[in-house]
Amino acid sequence: MSDSRRNFLFKTVGASSAAWLTANWPAEVAAAEKAQAMGNFTYFSREQAGEVDAMAAQIYPTTDTPGAREAQVIYFIDLALVTFAQDKQDIYAKGLAELSTHTGGRPLGTLSPEQQIQALTAIEKTPFFRTVRDHTIMGMFAAPQHGGNFKKIGWSQIGYDDSLNFRAPFGAYDKAEGTW
Amino acid sequence: MKKFNPSEEVDFVVIGSGAAGGVMAKQLAQAGFSVVVMEQGNWGAYGHEQDYNKDELSNRFPTEHDMLLSDPKLQRNTFRRNASEKTMPGNHNYGCVVGGGTVTYGASSWRHLPYEFDEASRFGTMKGTGIADWPVSYAEIEPYYTQAEWEIGISGPNIKTPLIAPMSKPYPCRPLPLKSSGALIQKAAAKLNLTVTPNVAAIITEPYNGRSGCINCGACSGYGCQVKARSSSAVALLPIAVATGNCEIRVQSYVREINVDAAGRATGVTYFDKANNNREIFQKAKCVVLSANGTETPRLLLLSKSSRFPNGLANSNGIVGKYLMSGNGGGASGLFDQPLNEYKGAVTGAAVLSYVPNDVKNRGFYGGGRMTARGQMSPMQYGLAGPHGAPSWGAGYKKALIEQANRRLTMVNFISQLPVETNTVDLDPDVKDAWGLPAMRITSTSHENDFKAMQFFIDKSAEILKAAGATQVWTDQVNDSRGGAHARGTCRMGNDPKSSVVNKYHRAHDVPNLFVVDGSSFVTGGRNHPTMTISALAYRCADHLVKAAKTGNVTI
Repeated sequence: MSDSRRNFLFKTVGASSAAWLTANWPAEVAAAEKAQAMGNFTYFSREQAGEVDAMAAQIYPTTDTPGAREAQVIYFIDLALVTFAQDKQDIYAKGLAELSTHTGGRPLGTLSPEQQIQALTAIEKTPFFRTVRDHTIMGMFAAPQHGGNFKKIGWSQIGYDDSLNFRAPFGAYDKAEGTW
Repeated sequence: MKKFNPSEEVDFVVIGSGAAGGVMAKQLAQAGFSVVVMEQGNWGAYGHEQDYNKDELSNRFPTEHDMLLSDPKLQRNTFRRNASEKTMPGNHNYGCVVGGGTVTYGASSWRHLPYEFDEASRFGTMKGTGIADWPVSYAEIEPYYTQAEWEIGISGPNIKTPLIAPMSKPYPCRPLPLKSSGALIQKAAAKLNLTVTPNVAAIITEPYNGRSGCINCGACSGYGCQVKARSSSAVALLPIAVATGNCEIRVQSYVREINVDAAGRATGVTYFDKANNNREIFQKAKCVVLSANGTETPRLLLLSKSSRFPNGLANSNGIVGKYLMSGNGGGASGLFDQPLNEYKGAVTGAAVLSYVPNDVKNRGFYGGGRMTARGQMSPMQYGLAGPHGAPSWGAGYKKALIEQANRRLTMVNFISQLPVETNTVDLDPDVKDAWGLPAMRITSTSHENDFKAMQFFIDKSAEILKAAGATQVWTDQVNDSRGGAHARGTCRMGNDPKSSVVNKYHRAHDVPNLFVVDGSSFVTGGRNHPTMTISALAYRCADHLVKAAKTGNVTI
């Protein structure tokens, strides 16, 4: 994988987080790097992708568990904007311009986390932010084939099993009860 | 599949292929009549249902080819609370595929109780409502419920209680398995002395009529069923109609008018052939059956204006489109300690029947409701809706989302809604649909009685969830309906041609060879689980129509 990809992926996570991610989810990180190394953005420019990626990383942050960045939500959104969400392209174009007025023209990801949250809070009622919020969440929880939810990171966090079929008992309470 | 030339006069055109249209097509074709079913939507995965899948994203954003529901951007509609209010864009939609709404519905299949057919006689009427008896009694319709349940394939409990309509034959399939929702509600029921049962569902639980049982995949309400366990019109009825060699299903055929001759008889239908640049085609027919759902049915009658019927077809008394009941709900949600995993299995986990009967004296409102327990949410849906009591994004959102995942149970209630004359479907004078026809306009405000009913069920929901051991409970706001899946009442049945649109056999009072059968036929709304009654009405209508048509006179 190229250094620029690594830079993109971990630009705002920070070196220690990156190391921590690699230590805790080595397979996921390696696979993410590989996948991204092969992929190209379809809709976004590199700069735009960086901005949207930084937004997604605040909307669904990396905490003690992986977030939007590790789930590769940016690839989901990039794909969305040339597929089912083509009608949202304008919202992104205008929204990114507006965002830059709240960051003093600097890339969002170069601000401190507190400054990033402040800038996003300032625009959280806008159609742009709401769209990115929804797309980020969709990228976390839509099937991995759509570009995000890498290695089912999102699904595993909310305990969702995507098996084709299930047998009772399904949950804790019916298990305790048995049958009707 | 048999194909008819549009210029060839067929015995019947059936408009719509859902809960009623599927029954009509099958019964008429099996009786030997030639039938063309007009379906506005596309095939879906008709005949190759294994191609339906659990993919939430593509299900939510289908391509035009894969759409299972109408799109309010194309099938445009408007909404207003009352006639003096300005309309706003509406989001009403409905099943728009071969099989109609039954392809994707939650599949609850409750019969009406006997007293839901003669509420005016039993309980009296109420000011500001059009409460009236149906021209058909429970005893008359009972055999058709049984026929529908056994032909379509219904699963349910075989329990004798006054809270379930008396049945001459048990359900053909055993009920869906217990889920955590059912187990928790049973716990509450023991404390509160409530009657709780498995849901009655058009989902087969074991091999039946050549189809396999439900595999509890969880991609249920809103999804096409990939193992044909959901007993939709598209898997349980239409293939039988087609196999007779007498029935053609004509897809992407959007009927814009039912045509009449100078004598006032229907001569056929004019439709847009969507796949061919919306070319207009006239299909000739001896008799027309209209089963396009409780909102599109009255709209099509109103669109079918002629010099003989200047106010729309079958509308000499102005009743078409009035008394819309679009479905009231409201409930509460609770959080539990352990995972429920409600995303597995069928959508509805259990039903609370105790408040189905009327009890005006003690509750202070007219009507009742059936409560259901469910917590099914697919992952994107859950994430987009967000956790309760948390921010909508950021670390707080994420933390709460993960903590609350799979631990939520919701009481979703199906509540009676009174027929009110000013609640209507009509034609919007300003807005057009994507085909240039006047858009559907819905005008609706529930009767004040129904707001009391909704509040009652919201409070009861909270009580039940607390009794079930919820650690946190939050209630819905009373929210009046705005249109949706359970539209009823807009072409009401009745013996009096002055106050109803169709007679007790669903024949339009004004048009001797036009039959209207679907949710629009309802006189009162029941407890807002309409599909089984729609199917039973259609079986009864078809039974009469076949006998009449065999004599060569459908007007008897």
